[in-house]
Amino acid sequence: MTIFGVPTQALFGQLLIGLINGAFYALLSLGLSVIFGLLNIINFTHGAQYMMGAFAAYFLLNWAGLGYWWALLVAPIAVAITGIVLERLTLKRLYQLDHLYGLLLTFGFALIIQGLFRHQYGSSGLPYAMPAELAGGRNLGFMFLPNYRAWVIVFSLAVCLTTWYVIERTRLGSYLRAATENPALVQAFGINVPRMITLTYGFGVGLAALAGVLAAPIYQVNPLMGADLIIVVFAVVVIGGLGSIMGSIVTGFGLGVVEGFTKVFYPEASNTVIFVIMAVVLLLRPAGLFGRAS
Amino acid sequence: MPEPSLAVRDLHAWYGESHVLHGVDFEIRAGETVTLLGRNGAGKTTTLKSVMGIVGRRRGSVRLEGRELIGLPSNQIARLGLAFCPEERGIFASLTVEENFLLPPTVRAGGLGVEAIYELFPNLKERLRAGGTTLSGGEQQMLAIGRILRTGARLLLLDEPTEGLAPVIVQQIGATLRRLKQEGFTVLLVEQNFRFAATVADRHYVMEHGRVVDMIPNAELEANMTKLHDYLGV
Repeated sequence: MTIFGVPTQALFGQLLIGLINGAFYALLSLGLSVIFGLLNIINFTHGAQYMMGAFAAYFLLNWAGLGYWWALLVAPIAVAITGIVLERLTLKRLYQLDHLYGLLLTFGFALIIQGLFRHQYGSSGLPYAMPAELAGGRNLGFMFLPNYRAWVIVFSLAVCLTTWYVIERTRLGSYLRAATENPALVQAFGINVPRMITLTYGFGVGLAALAGVLAAPIYQVNPLMGADLIIVVFAVVVIGGLGSIMGSIVTGFGLGVVEGFTKVFYPEASNTVIFVIMAVVLLLRPAGLFGRAS
Repeated sequence: MPEPSLAVRDLHAWYGESHVLHGVDFEIRAGETVTLLGRNGAGKTTTLKSVMGIVGRRRGSVRLEGRELIGLPSNQIARLGLAFCPEERGIFASLTVEENFLLPPTVRAGGLGVEAIYELFPNLKERLRAGGTTLSGGEQQMLAIGRILRTGARLLLLDEPTEGLAPVIVQQIGATLRRLKQEGFTVLLVEQNFRFAATVADRHYVMEHGRVVDMIPNAELEANMTKLHDYLGV
């Protein structure tokens, strides 16, 4: 069977790959959006923190004997703590300045962290085994669906939607949104805004690390895994609109799928299609598809 | 005489390099409504913000029921029972009316109940799901005042609550302030409009160039009209 002259097997295969990539785009751009919204900082260290999540999973397994499911919980918390230290010691001094300073500082940290890991572990990648519970797959009739990939898509979507719900629909989320608009007033109501900012950065970093753990069994554990991905994720964030929560989720998954289909219909463009879309969006809607012009 | 609810002594404040308050002195007793009058730039808003801890650098003494506030961050000051309603109202666009209303956390028991506040401002109740900044200016002001009545704070700092509002809304806010006085709230009110201030306040402090230069009890306001016109340049 074919659609537009393409075998359905290939089409669904690329749709799956697109959704997988989209899940990582969504988790990472969501974290960037949450951080940017409250901290006013474009967190270029995000890719390195994603990589640290994967390495944390690797260390937990090889040093502590803690497997995938433990890593899913412990690695994001551990990496979030390093993020919190970074925020307390350095980032908090930059909030009054232009975005550019935060971007430069976090970019510098990304290079340092990646350099240290590459120095220690090389750049060939370390294997990380898939959890036994999620090995194998099922035949859906029109395609073969590996269990682990289905898990990554469903779990990422659940994490993204939970984050959206907390931010848009709960009391805690209303503190976050209000502090994004006017932190001084929110603090004058009795809320400890500096602590909230620190924890928000930790949460965004934790999301990146969680994506890293999810990625480890698929892409291996590699010091440069985040450097490659983060450029695309920034394009996703620009397209969705910096600071928009739902925008990050929808754009992340959507662009993953667009990229996947491009591989089927015009493979030559599959590495650039997201950047073409970014250019068009910047020309027509500079604030992004879901962003509010300020 | 009991200890004043709020006692401000020799308060200095700076915005960056600019020295704005040059030793402000005044005090408020529990249950009083007191205004700060003065021309634009006299330091009224800065005084409120300094009491609340929102101004970058301040020096001197601000005591709430004997407890020193200088040096505390604003979130801790709020927890001691002070609440601030800023001149620009500070309604959050990304929050609904209800979220705005419920935003300030309860700092102690004894705040007005939600229903009592809706009774004061019936317009709000009909618009709970609307975006905060879709309200009219008057409704936003009611929301800004209403949300701090919930929290249990007994000392309210209100910065020009009548600014730019239609006379009928100004009357409603005046009635609200008199009601708050009956309920035992202590209010520090910044006003440009002393005719309005005269309808709600017990005493008036006049500010000039970052200092309090005079105090006029409301009962003596008429007798001091010439002086007041001179202070305010009206």
